[in-house]
Amino acid sequence: MKNQILTVKDNKQISDDVFVMKFEKEENEYKAGQFVELKVDGFTLRRPFGVYDFEKGELSLLYKVVGQGTAKMATMKRGEKIDALTELGNGFNVDKAKKPLLIGGGLGAAPLYYLAKTFKEKGIKAEMLLGARTQSDLVFLNDFKNVADVKVATDDGTSGFKGNVVEALKHYDFDCDFYYACGSLAMLKRVASYSTNGEISMEARMACGFGACMGCSIMTTDGAKRVCKDGPVFYAKEIIFE
Amino acid sequence: MNNLKDFNLKVNLFGYELKNPVIPASGTFGFGYEFADVYDINCLGSISLKGTTLNERYGNPLPRVAECPVGMLNSIGLQNKGVDKVISEEIEKLKKVYDGKVIANVGGHSVDEYVEVVRRFNACDKVFAIELNISCPNVKGGGMAFGTNPSVAENLVKAVKAVSQKPIMVKLSPNVTSISEMAKAVEGAGADGISLINTLVGMRIDLATRKPILAVGSGGYSGRGVFPVALKMVNDVYKAVSVPVVGMGGITSAREAVEMMMAGATAVMVGTENLVNPYASQQIINDLPTVLDELNVKDINEIIGSVK
Repeated sequence: MKNQILTVKDNKQISDDVFVMKFEKEENEYKAGQFVELKVDGFTLRRPFGVYDFEKGELSLLYKVVGQGTAKMATMKRGEKIDALTELGNGFNVDKAKKPLLIGGGLGAAPLYYLAKTFKEKGIKAEMLLGARTQSDLVFLNDFKNVADVKVATDDGTSGFKGNVVEALKHYDFDCDFYYACGSLAMLKRVASYSTNGEISMEARMACGFGACMGCSIMTTDGAKRVCKDGPVFYAKEIIFE
Repeated sequence: MNNLKDFNLKVNLFGYELKNPVIPASGTFGFGYEFADVYDINCLGSISLKGTTLNERYGNPLPRVAECPVGMLNSIGLQNKGVDKVISEEIEKLKKVYDGKVIANVGGHSVDEYVEVVRRFNACDKVFAIELNISCPNVKGGGMAFGTNPSVAENLVKAVKAVSQKPIMVKLSPNVTSISEMAKAVEGAGADGISLINTLVGMRIDLATRKPILAVGSGGYSGRGVFPVALKMVNDVYKAVSVPVVGMGGITSAREAVEMMMAGATAVMVGTENLVNPYASQQIINDLPTVLDELNVKDINEIIGSVK
């Protein structure tokens, strides 16, 4: 963990309520699946965001405006500064897979972009299944297509396979040896009940983000664990979904 | 910055000398070692450990934190590994990174549970005092139920005092009609000190779902916003009892720490601010000499209870 003042380089709106905030180059190292916590002016608690991209020292975060904090972020301009805790969490273990399958649900799939890039740099083109309610939720589809072999599933059939992620997994029958999943709790639970041969990135409301408050603890086969500090990435087989 | 050495920051709590009066508050600092890779925690006066119960507790369902204007709500529910593992695992890890002695915070659901946990801490040399948490709003049938009725609190303190070989500091709830009455009751029952305030009961509602944000409905409000409430209550208790008072509630700076001491606190606890700014407790300690210098005070003990 580091405490840094980041400078906004770009804050690009990519759909009605989704933005990508990019920061000026910093001395950081990020593993895919790690996150940062931003201290938005006027709010007590920091907001956690998974690393969307990290390219030549420049960090990008993808976020949706869901409340007052993210609405304030959406107004931030190039050159503005923000207090951040960086390099948080454990990240995905990319050594587990020779033939990885990346499973993402909705905007929660954002961290899989940097994961797919990480595999690409290792010379592995990952297979990816992106699930969403409807086509318009897949705002970053074109970005993902540049770094992975992407299949799509939508609940309403407006793009790709019509059905949920698990039905799509059965339909596409991917040739993979390990999966990496990121998305809504409901989706992750379905994926874990289909197969436990993978890693899952969990999401939770957090207060501190570095293991002090126990605000984000989940139950695992090895007792309670903190999403922020012991995760956010866990083996699918160790998570006990409520 | 003024040199720490030019000022006496040492205070005495139950016969134990703290190198300064700044103590991270229970529940905001884990078991201390979690912060050891953030800064050298040996600068701290002491540490109040995460609330500990007899058996392992996962705590309440998620979400159990929520944002508020100038503060936060929590309904963690005393997540801990149970007293035996706290002593054999957590405190062992803390020993490797912190030289001083610490305060064990004890929670419970029954008199018997409190008594048993306190008894098991007797053998733990790392702990110089027990903070008896009778004010946690987040455990059913315990916690705050002991801290809102003077005679119930009195009985508990007597039972705990009968077995404890360490000083007992009772942590009071602000969710009462008269904090002075509660303070007098626990002092009369033998408490060696009083710490306050725990969190104020509160809730938030998600407008879209019309459901409370916290899964259990409500929780405890803490942070910057509670500071004036805490200050007044610390002053009330300071005037009502003769045992040492440890003040907490919304402290974010050395100036507020000094203000809390002027209200009557022998030492102060820093809570929610540790979660917002992991360096908060350290920064407050480093800034204390500057504030004392402005006030022309060389010995921090001079300011305790000095409000006119």
